[in-house]
Amino acid sequence: MPDVIYWGDVIFSLGMFVILLLLLRKFAWGPIVNMMKEREEHIANEIDTAEKSRQDAEKYLEEQRKEVERAKEEAQSIVETARKTSERQGEEIVAQARSEAERLKENALEDISREKEQAVAELREQVSTLSVMIATKIIEKELDEKEQEKLIEEYIQEAGERL
Amino acid sequence: MDHESPIVYDLFGIAGFHVNLSNIMMLTISALIVFCIGVFSARGLKMKPSGMQNGFEWIIDFVKNTINSAMDWKTGERFFGLGITIFLWIFVSNMLGIPFMIVNHETHELWWKSPTADPVITMTLAVMVILLTHYYGIKMKGFKEYGKGYFKPIPYLFPLKVLEEFTNTLTLGMRLFGNLYAKEILLTLLATAGGASVLGALAAAAPMIAWQAFSIFIGAIQAFIFLMLTMVYLAHKVADDH
Repeated sequence: MPDVIYWGDVIFSLGMFVILLLLLRKFAWGPIVNMMKEREEHIANEIDTAEKSRQDAEKYLEEQRKEVERAKEEAQSIVETARKTSERQGEEIVAQARSEAERLKENALEDISREKEQAVAELREQVSTLSVMIATKIIEKELDEKEQEKLIEEYIQEAGERL
Repeated sequence: MDHESPIVYDLFGIAGFHVNLSNIMMLTISALIVFCIGVFSARGLKMKPSGMQNGFEWIIDFVKNTINSAMDWKTGERFFGLGITIFLWIFVSNMLGIPFMIVNHETHELWWKSPTADPVITMTLAVMVILLTHYYGIKMKGFKEYGKGYFKPIPYLFPLKVLEEFTNTLTLGMRLFGNLYAKEILLTLLATAGGASVLGALAAAAPMIAWQAFSIFIGAIQAFIFLMLTMVYLAHKVADDH
């Protein structure tokens, strides 16, 4: 323990304390605390921003989901329409083909009947000629050719009408 | 062993105005070290801290937490400068006496030591702190409330409350002094033993290392306790609910 109290030290240490405090505030913890506060704010801002981006992202995601949903529905409807169209077209084609076939059949029938008539006519002609020839051979010279032909024509006409 | 202090008596011819030059020197050195630590830490401040800045920010947080444990931060923020200055200055002062000791052999004057191993210095700091608690008590709560504080919770405790102020001052200063003085004494003893002979050096080496390590612990703990008690005393005077 000291024999005397050195008041000089008391005053000096108090003064030194105050000076040190002021200097530290100006040069050391003042700026550092400011920096820490700044960082705190920065981090808070960053957190806010992150939160906002997250919400934005969620919103976008929701939008995209809806968009995809919509697209899917659209695709569905397009496929549906295409299916309907193709069905209708198929039916049309079938109907067309059927009518075409009908037409062709009728044509063919017409052709057949025409051919038949023609054939019948031809046959009639030939039959008449042949009959004439046969008749000529059979009743040679008994009838003159003109009357004979006329007669045969009549018979054939009769036969044709009956046919 | 019996070291003298380099005291200049009656400085400037003022009677009783003595100065211990060793204390002056050591206080200045420790203040310089604290200042340098602060300035180097605060150089090139970055948003992403590194190196010294990190360390100093840790100290700042540490002091902040200590203040927070005594009072809420709204009241305590104004004491932050006081706290960190006291803590760092006392801590560095405590550390200064550990590695070596410089003694003028002709006059037996002790020059290099912990300034906190001197009761005048520690009592100065303690009285300053206690006076500050009174100052802030009056300033922040008003004189009436401050006066009422002496009669709570029971009026007849008033004499004890007054006594408490003095004991607080005394214990605050003397605790620091006692610890550091004991540290210095034992270090001196061990150093003397070590310097006496080869055998002494061998015998003293291990305890010396152990005691130095313990001294670092003591120095840190005492600085922390001083800071803590400062804040507790301030909180007693300043806070409304105690």
